[in-house]
Amino acid sequence: MLKLLVQRLALGVATLLAVSVLIFWVTELLPGDLASNILGQSATPENIAAIRAELGLDRPAVERYTEWLGDAVQGDLGKSLANKRPVIDVIGPRLVNTLFLAIYAAVIAVPLSVLLGILAAIYRNSVFDKGVNIASLAAISMPEFFIGYFLILFMSVQLKWFPAIATIKPEQGFFQHLYVTFLPMLTLILVVIAHMMRMTRTSVLSVMSSPYVEMAVLKGIPKGRIVVHHALPNALAPIINVIAINLAYLIVGVVVVEAVFTFNGLGRLMVDAVAKRDIPVVQACGLIFAIVFIGLNLIADVLSILSNPRLRHPR
Amino acid sequence: MNVLGYRLTLTALIGWLIILVCVGSAVLAPWIAPHDPNAPLGQRWEAPSAEHWFGLDQIGRDMFSRMLYGGRISITLAFLATCLAFAVGVVAGFAAALLGRWVDVALSRIADVILSMPILMSALIVISAVGSSAAVLILTIGLLYAVIVFRVARAVAMNIVVLEYVEAARLRGEGLFWVILREILPNALPPLAAEFGLRFSFAFLFVASLSFLGLGVQPPDADWGSMVKESALAIPAGLAAPLYPAAAIALLTIGVNMVVDWLLSLHSRPHGDNA
Amino acid sequence: MNQWDELQQAARSGRVSRREFMRRAAALGVATSLASGVLAKAGYAQTPVKGGTLRVGIAGGSTTDSLDITTYTDTVMINVSTSIWDGLVEVDDKNQIQPELLETLEPNADATEWVCNVRKGVTFSNGKTLDADDIVYSLNLHRGEGSKSGAAGPMKPIKDVVKMSGNQVKIVLEAPDADLPYVLSDYHVLVVPNGFTDWANPVGTGGYKLEAFEPGVRAVLSNRGGYWKEGRCNLDAVEFSVINDDAARMQALMAGEVDVSHRVVVSLIDQINAAGSYEIVQAAAGYHFNLPMLVDKAPYTNNDVRLALKYAINRQKVVELMFGKYARVGNDHPIPESDPFHNNELPQREYDPEKAAFHARKAGLGVSDVILSASDAAFNGAIDMSVLFQATAAAAGINVTVRREPGDGFWDNVWLKAPFMTSYWGGRPAATQMLATAYQSTAPWNDTHWNDAGFDKLLADAKATTDQAKRKTYIWEMQRMLHEEGGAIIPLFKDWLDVHDSKVKGHTPHGMFDLCNGRIAQKAWIEA
Repeated sequence: MLKLLVQRLALGVATLLAVSVLIFWVTELLPGDLASNILGQSATPENIAAIRAELGLDRPAVERYTEWLGDAVQGDLGKSLANKRPVIDVIGPRLVNTLFLAIYAAVIAVPLSVLLGILAAIYRNSVFDKGVNIASLAAISMPEFFIGYFLILFMSVQLKWFPAIATIKPEQGFFQHLYVTFLPMLTLILVVIAHMMRMTRTSVLSVMSSPYVEMAVLKGIPKGRIVVHHALPNALAPIINVIAINLAYLIVGVVVVEAVFTFNGLGRLMVDAVAKRDIPVVQACGLIFAIVFIGLNLIADVLSILSNPRLRHPR
Repeated sequence: MNVLGYRLTLTALIGWLIILVCVGSAVLAPWIAPHDPNAPLGQRWEAPSAEHWFGLDQIGRDMFSRMLYGGRISITLAFLATCLAFAVGVVAGFAAALLGRWVDVALSRIADVILSMPILMSALIVISAVGSSAAVLILTIGLLYAVIVFRVARAVAMNIVVLEYVEAARLRGEGLFWVILREILPNALPPLAAEFGLRFSFAFLFVASLSFLGLGVQPPDADWGSMVKESALAIPAGLAAPLYPAAAIALLTIGVNMVVDWLLSLHSRPHGDNA
Repeated sequence: MNQWDELQQAARSGRVSRREFMRRAAALGVATSLASGVLAKAGYAQTPVKGGTLRVGIAGGSTTDSLDITTYTDTVMINVSTSIWDGLVEVDDKNQIQPELLETLEPNADATEWVCNVRKGVTFSNGKTLDADDIVYSLNLHRGEGSKSGAAGPMKPIKDVVKMSGNQVKIVLEAPDADLPYVLSDYHVLVVPNGFTDWANPVGTGGYKLEAFEPGVRAVLSNRGGYWKEGRCNLDAVEFSVINDDAARMQALMAGEVDVSHRVVVSLIDQINAAGSYEIVQAAAGYHFNLPMLVDKAPYTNNDVRLALKYAINRQKVVELMFGKYARVGNDHPIPESDPFHNNELPQREYDPEKAAFHARKAGLGVSDVILSASDAAFNGAIDMSVLFQATAAAAGINVTVRREPGDGFWDNVWLKAPFMTSYWGGRPAATQMLATAYQSTAPWNDTHWNDAGFDKLLADAKATTDQAKRKTYIWEMQRMLHEEGGAIIPLFKDWLDVHDSKVKGHTPHGMFDLCNGRIAQKAWIEA
């Protein structure tokens, strides 16, 4: 089993390496360049050339890739082309914000969705199950900006309960942070709860239809007990998987929610950086997203293997 | 109720109805729209009235007419992107499953790498690099989703390829194309149909998100996502204008998902389940 | 609106003096106590109070912002920089030049050499005393081969900057320019100590020092005490929060999360007024939107095409629908009504589909000839305006294709390259400066490629002379040329629209730029 885990890890690293090439190559394709974007309407051919030379944009791409990757491995992501600040300093606070919101949402959403999913499975075909099913279907189908604007319109503009813009300031306390990010958190959990809950329900139900559970039913063991003691442990792998996917979403996929609530997260930073052609920042964001993505999938993989003996010997 | 021999549930019926209404009004938009969708007819954000059911937008255009035309664009974009994703993804997936060996390894690894980047981010970079237009949106979303469809199609085909009658057909020396057409496709159709619906609903939301972020079709046309973006300033004014197109997006997606649920339940009816 | 309302409006926007206001209020029979109350509310003649923290919700910031003064392009850095540094001269709210770190600027007879006296007794935040070397160094940041400054264009006519003595410098020009002080008021031209390069740790003569700076997110400044300007820099601290999104910025204001904001969305003004505790600060001047056509690219080489399009836009409707009373129609030249050299005898160009159709037919304009490259990066509402233009042009039988360009790289890929596009000009304090920046044949920012020897001659003459009557003749003639043949459709002049909580004082209108011409931290104070 150790061999298997090492294999997975190596595969993850290899994928990451390939992704880094992809990121570097794609960002090189961005048209327009930073020199003229820094200057905006003030750009003239002379001052553009001056900035380009200063930023080293005239060197060959391969040379810059190897240098970039070498530095990145050592934790040096380079400097922002635009304002020459270390990329770490630019990304750091944004990453903290993003993780804060993701954890805030996950802490509420994960237990709630697993619980709802199990309950729906236990009471399948009941009014509760059908209600939760319809509600989650609706939540999955709503674009994030619909939920976001809806919450802003009613809970912020009309009722004035929560702020419409979620700006985290370092000098505010922890609970203030929870308060100002309440609406984006709510938007996010509505989306992820639906996904995770539906997956939990399906997984539990599919285990429930397996022969040994049916045997347990025939033996007259109470349904709740069967679910918790027999079905759930065996359904854990797919549930862990869907949780990993949703955690990844909470970190890398929330740019629309960030835009709606003007939240200063990593997604908006990357969009801004793409707009301004600040390539080192785009590359660093891309790399972080890929690490989160691959890392979470890897963790889910490993947990699945550990939790389910049958998966220890994949095809 | 039974349709074509399949038992139709209430939710599936509602889903089909929603799809019918949305697609129908999109197709018939030029005939049923009460006003020119691009003509300014009055003041900014005029309230809904008998003349203008959903009121006027930020430069006085009829929201209802714009919604009808917008739906036409949104649905077309998502549908074409999904078709492209399936055309490319299914071919590649079947090829990987049937040819195996290095073709499978190469295609699967490429898919792994591409899907290791968040799809929304990949799309944002590509579209802002080449500029947004209907064609670019369809190509970008279609090709990115082709990677996902590839995985699904490969898995489905893998399960069928090992069935005895397919192997028998191959042993009989029948051509690859023939095997796909006659043996694999019919069996792969039900799961792929459900996947098509699911993919469409994702593509539809994806188009909406990209348009909302400002990467939609060219003005004065607007799909539903762009309409939300265009009228977003109504929100702080306490007006619900941007919620109409957003609700339309949600409605159609719900409809599609209801049908997808039904399709899934059709061929994975475990032990007489009638949920 | 009755006369009293109008007068109050005028007082709030600074269009009447204190004395004039009291006189007219008395003539309307308004009680003196009531009138002076209005004046107090409008921020007139009150003694500033020291202390407090001002929170500014501000647009125009980016994660790529740098403190390097040569790279500034937008509001956030302009406002942060005037808190830390001072300029050479300042343009006041009456559009007059006021001395700043240069106390006097004396031209020779033909305005080609200017002798300037450096203010004495001003110290930088590192303790160094300001002298002529600092001025020379600071001006040279924007000059010479390879300068990457945004002010490199306007500074080009400066041939040399010579140190005369410890506190005197001479500026030598290539050609006469009686308006040099206006050129020196450019927002990039700030004074740093001689040899200064460490932009991350700014050293300046300004009233505040930088406490925290996160580009595109926020900047926090605290008062460093003992500022040399009388009555300025009264706040203990200023906090700029970057909120580029219009809706979010207005929500932040109304939720009480910021005290001051700007780029007020016209459609939300009623709501802001209804809340009762905010004041709109409105300033009308040279800020205008334009649709430049490159006059050397087909089909715009043909003046009939340019005229057809000028007649095909319904300026009145655009103003009415999009900006209400906060914009005024333009007449296809860049000199605003508020400028003393505004040509008020040119007939106002109206929407005339018949004339537009006539000129289009005469030019043989095809259905796919006109492509308008539009982006909200040019100005907020550019796409909406383009779509309105498209609709009114269609009524004249002219087909305009609107192409939404990505906001990213807009100034790089589109501006000065696309034959027909949406753009804007912030306005300039002097008419000659505006015309020289955007319409002189040699100007790097000539966004219509307007190239006319007669025009260039008139401009040089206008700059060289100090005879106001002659100047007027020259400048009026240039406006006529642009109105009749120029490449820019100038549909409207837009007001700067700021807003603040009623407790904020000293935040008064300024025609040049919003937020007190970028000096909000210097001028605003908070009522105790």
